[in-house]
Amino acid sequence: MSNFKVGIRENQNVQVVDLKGYLDAHTAPELEKIFQALIDKKNFNIVVNCRDLNYISSAGLGVFMAYIEDVRKNSGDIKLSNMSAKIYNVFDLLGFPLLYDITSDEAEAIQNFCSKK
Amino acid sequence: MITSTLNISSNTEKLNAVREFISIAAHNFGFDDETASKISLAVDEACTNIIKHAYEYAPNKELEIKVLTNKQQFEVIITHQGKLLDPKLIKTPDMKEYLVHPRRGGLGIHLMRLLMDSVEYKIRDDKKCEVHLMKKISTAVG
Repeated sequence: MSNFKVGIRENQNVQVVDLKGYLDAHTAPELEKIFQALIDKKNFNIVVNCRDLNYISSAGLGVFMAYIEDVRKNSGDIKLSNMSAKIYNVFDLLGFPLLYDITSDEAEAIQNFCSKK
Repeated sequence: MITSTLNISSNTEKLNAVREFISIAAHNFGFDDETASKISLAVDEACTNIIKHAYEYAPNKELEIKVLTNKQQFEVIITHQGKLLDPKLIKTPDMKEYLVHPRRGGLGIHLMRLLMDSVEYKIRDDKKCEVHLMKKISTAVG
């Protein structure tokens, strides 16, 4: 039984990863598999929707850190959207708003991909 | 001095129980939601490091998580019998460099230090290792 769920869907040629629950050292490997699969299939435009994400530790952050350079080298990006204040505070504490495009909603993140093209 | 203790096996599956245990203790102590969340995250990071680096993912080793409180401070002491986590070998990443060249790892220790007032590593006379994480009441708000 896992207290974490990942879903994938497509929105305007962007892969949207929906996170739900608690992302820690126990559940991060599930997200890792999803990212690896996306990148293996050369999907480099990714939005991570954090609307239902209750918790993130450094193990979860590590998954984004592991793939961000690869994705950007391929002209893509990992954008993050819909974070609760609690989740945003963890990113903010580490200075990650400088590294990641963090938007208040998914549509804005998708729009940022579209306007780049 | 008020004490409560949780014993877990060295399995990341137990992190959820650790966070719940710490969150309840921090709320009982009088910390607000935000501070209780910060302490829970710091303790998660400490336990994750022990499972990963001190026990190298060997399951069924022991971790004891003890909360000690007095009027001024909330202290969490995590005891294990794995390899010593030498803080001198655990560098805080240079975040400017980190943001230019992102990589996995090293963030847990950094987070613990940002979230708590102090983080200390000790070896007891019986050779067991301890990680001490402390938060003072005066810094509880904000």
